[in-house]
Amino acid sequence: MAHDVILEARSLSIAFGGVRAVNEVSVSVPPGAVFSIIGPNGAGKTTLFNVISGVYAPLEGSVRLAGEDVTGLAPEHLARRGLSRTFQNLQLFSRMTALENVMVGRHRHESTGTLAELLHLPSVRRQNQRTREAALDVLARVGLEAEADRPAASLPYGALKRLEIARALASEPMVLLLDEPAAGCNPVETQGLRNLIRSIAESGVTVVLVEHDMRLVMNVSDRIHVLVGGRSLAEGTAQEIQSNPAVVEAYLGIDHSRESARAVG
Amino acid sequence: MIVRLAMRYRLAPVALVAAIVILLPLLFPSAYYYRVGALVFIFAFAAVGLNLLMGFAGQVSLGHAGFLGVGAYAVAIGPAYLGIPSWFGIVAGAVLSALIAFVVGRPILRLKGHYLAVATLGFGVLIAIVLSNEAGWTGGPDGMSVSRLVLFGWRVSGADTWYWVAAVTLLTGMVLAYNLIGSPTGRALRAIHDSEVAARVLGVEIARKKLTIFVISAVYASVAGSYLALFNGHITPDVAGFLRSVELVAMVVLGGMGSIAGSVVGAAVLVVLPQTFTALHDYEHLALGLVIMAFMIFLRQGIVPAMVQWRTT
Amino acid sequence: MAEFLQFFFSGLTVGAVYALVALGFTLIYNASEVINFAQGEFVMLGGMGTVFLALAGVPLPLAALVAVIIAVAVGVALHRLAIEPAGDAGVVNLIIITIGASIFLRGVAQVVFDKRFHSLPHLFGAEPLRIGGAAILPQSLVVLAGAAIIVFLLWLFIDRTLVGKAVIATAANRLAARLVGINTSRVVGLSFAVSAAIGALAGILITPLTLTSYDVGTLLALKGFAAAMLGGIGSPMGAVLGGLLLGMLEAFSAGYLSSSYKEAVAFLVILGVLLAMPNGLLGRAKVERV
Ligand SMILES: Nc1ncnc2c1ncn2[C@@H]1O[C@H](COP(=O)(O)OP(=O)(O)OP(=O)(O)O)[C@@H](O)[C@H]1O
Ligand SMILES: [Mg+2]
Repeated sequence: MAHDVILEARSLSIAFGGVRAVNEVSVSVPPGAVFSIIGPNGAGKTTLFNVISGVYAPLEGSVRLAGEDVTGLAPEHLARRGLSRTFQNLQLFSRMTALENVMVGRHRHESTGTLAELLHLPSVRRQNQRTREAALDVLARVGLEAEADRPAASLPYGALKRLEIARALASEPMVLLLDEPAAGCNPVETQGLRNLIRSIAESGVTVVLVEHDMRLVMNVSDRIHVLVGGRSLAEGTAQEIQSNPAVVEAYLGIDHSRESARAVG
Repeated sequence: MIVRLAMRYRLAPVALVAAIVILLPLLFPSAYYYRVGALVFIFAFAAVGLNLLMGFAGQVSLGHAGFLGVGAYAVAIGPAYLGIPSWFGIVAGAVLSALIAFVVGRPILRLKGHYLAVATLGFGVLIAIVLSNEAGWTGGPDGMSVSRLVLFGWRVSGADTWYWVAAVTLLTGMVLAYNLIGSPTGRALRAIHDSEVAARVLGVEIARKKLTIFVISAVYASVAGSYLALFNGHITPDVAGFLRSVELVAMVVLGGMGSIAGSVVGAAVLVVLPQTFTALHDYEHLALGLVIMAFMIFLRQGIVPAMVQWRTT
Repeated sequence: MAEFLQFFFSGLTVGAVYALVALGFTLIYNASEVINFAQGEFVMLGGMGTVFLALAGVPLPLAALVAVIIAVAVGVALHRLAIEPAGDAGVVNLIIITIGASIFLRGVAQVVFDKRFHSLPHLFGAEPLRIGGAAILPQSLVVLAGAAIIVFLLWLFIDRTLVGKAVIATAANRLAARLVGINTSRVVGLSFAVSAAIGALAGILITPLTLTSYDVGTLLALKGFAAAMLGGIGSPMGAVLGGLLLGMLEAFSAGYLSSSYKEAVAFLVILGVLLAMPNGLLGRAKVERV
């Protein structure tokens, strides 16, 4: 069944202590696209992700995934319906190896009973083998195959960012939410990331991207949605957004003034 | 060498413990040592189970001795009042513990951190209170005697016999634990420990997984309790008390959270130390308290993980 | 009605002690996030210390003062020698350390003191007062008044002094407090000292009513912890409320149901409350930020 909208948020709102961090935000993400959400710090991007992925329940509004209402569903149930994500503040399984992190990503595709697991029956062994191979494939895709057996805690920051993407990809999502994957990455890593995001989209996975690196956003996005102060400000293609005066003032303007301040200081 | 082997082969630590179990009696000057050995294995078995819950899934229980109590009184009350054989008492205790854990764990495991600690503590205290108050069944605070275990006509008695029975049980428990850790459920549990939210967005049903491991660890504790009762031939409600729960937790933490072999070491330390300290008479508690504090301050990750780290660096 | 009053007063009296122990838990927890299971030993030190100093011929008021000072010294030493060196060891490690400390202190007490039960004279005699048909010991009122004064002084200290502000700042955000120049380690040390003093005072106040011995601490720590959690950890008001509530629950269930199941009833209620309110009665819900 084809949808022209795979992920839809309808006038979502959430408040913390009376302050609306997300205020009547609506987005419609077409399948297979790279859909970016940008906005200044504190605009509510991460909060929007938290509501969409079920980490927080919305105050108002609804979320639809592949045409079905999934508002208020727990993250684990959303994951089983094909929604996965990464975190701005890394949420890795730091006591596990890189490979094991990604193997957990395969969890929803694994099926073994607890009794079989306690006895380590051949079915479990085969399952482990399949999970392992699939996880290694994903690790290779993000260029981390050489670090497979290193503890996650020992990897450099840039690698951790990619490890989170790999882990989410391993769950074979329909829709993947990426929260600032390029933060803290050097230009080479960012270039690699651009290619990775494109290849993910080309493999048919819809990518929703939150990112501050404007070069990356403008390069990779099919559509861009701008949030300011918890509200939607504009939406369009990279060109439309770049030439939208309201956006330039509210968002790019801030960046610009910050950059000039840095130049002066 | 050993450490490297242990890291290469999943069950190498079990083989190592097995070797020690077999060789140790060569050094035993008297039957008393078999007795201590058996106690170590029995408590280690409970600690391995608790470690699955605490060290791997990251969920604290300050009430696990409650399940020791259920297992212990199942083999005491079952044969005495219900006419069931002792071995079936072990099974019945385990089933009952699993049921209790299933019912209680569902709501309790939603709590986090210290709230989970106090809830499990309260649950353990409840069991201990019931055991000491229902004197008609349990003999009250003085406890009751437990008839001997008979397996297929074989009377299990004597410290040396129990040494081997408990050892085989412990080794089995270790193998099962290692099996579980190396399975999808084991990975999910470790993931929950590190980041619940990340585990959830990957589709791990954390409530169910926590409940599963709570039930499993309860069964471990219950079986250990049954063994303890059968081995000692007498049981009092202290088996389910708060201090016993704390002792189990201390074994896990001392040996190393998340290290199965560590739980065995932790149990060995905390069973053997008080035995040696009885020679100190009045200074027994003082010394025990000091040693526990010192271990926790200087060997934070626990004995076995500290050793592994020291060998590998 | 007389019966009800009787249970009410005895619940209130015991509850006041639980409240003070819970307050000790809360103070230390707020400053350091450590759950100090040696809290009950401070109560024991207060009671046993006073008893033995008095036996040695020290006048009672002075004996009480010295006992409190000893408890404070022990509290500070506990922080310095056991909690601080453990640094950022995990929560469970710290719990085990404080339990080790409690076993150690009990061990010391059984050597220095003895293993028998002891009492102290009632401050205003042991002749019960008749209030609404209930017989109330004057010492009960002493305990209640003492607890109220301690809570009030603590509030004054925290709310009105600069040091108190530092305590609040540390509780709210340790890193930020350190950044603005607060010596957080000293604040934690202070919280151990104050908690020890509160515990010791509670021990001195209650000993005429309940007797004391080297091992009264375990059960009190358990109850104090439960009370603090019932009220919502981190909330001083919650600790007082939780303590009083726990005392009442025990007294009423002992009176109307069964004295051997009074603790069972108390813990059942605590479990029930926590299941309905996972952050205790007055604890604030913590939204995990991701
Ligand atoms: N759990 C929470 N509790 C209270 N306030 C919150 C919570 N989560 C977010 N907020 C507030 O909501 C607002 C939006 O935060 P959010 O993290 O969504 O912004 P963002 O757009 O992701 O910013 P950044 O670009 O810095 O990541 C902020 O004012 C933040 O302080
Ligand atoms: Mg953000």
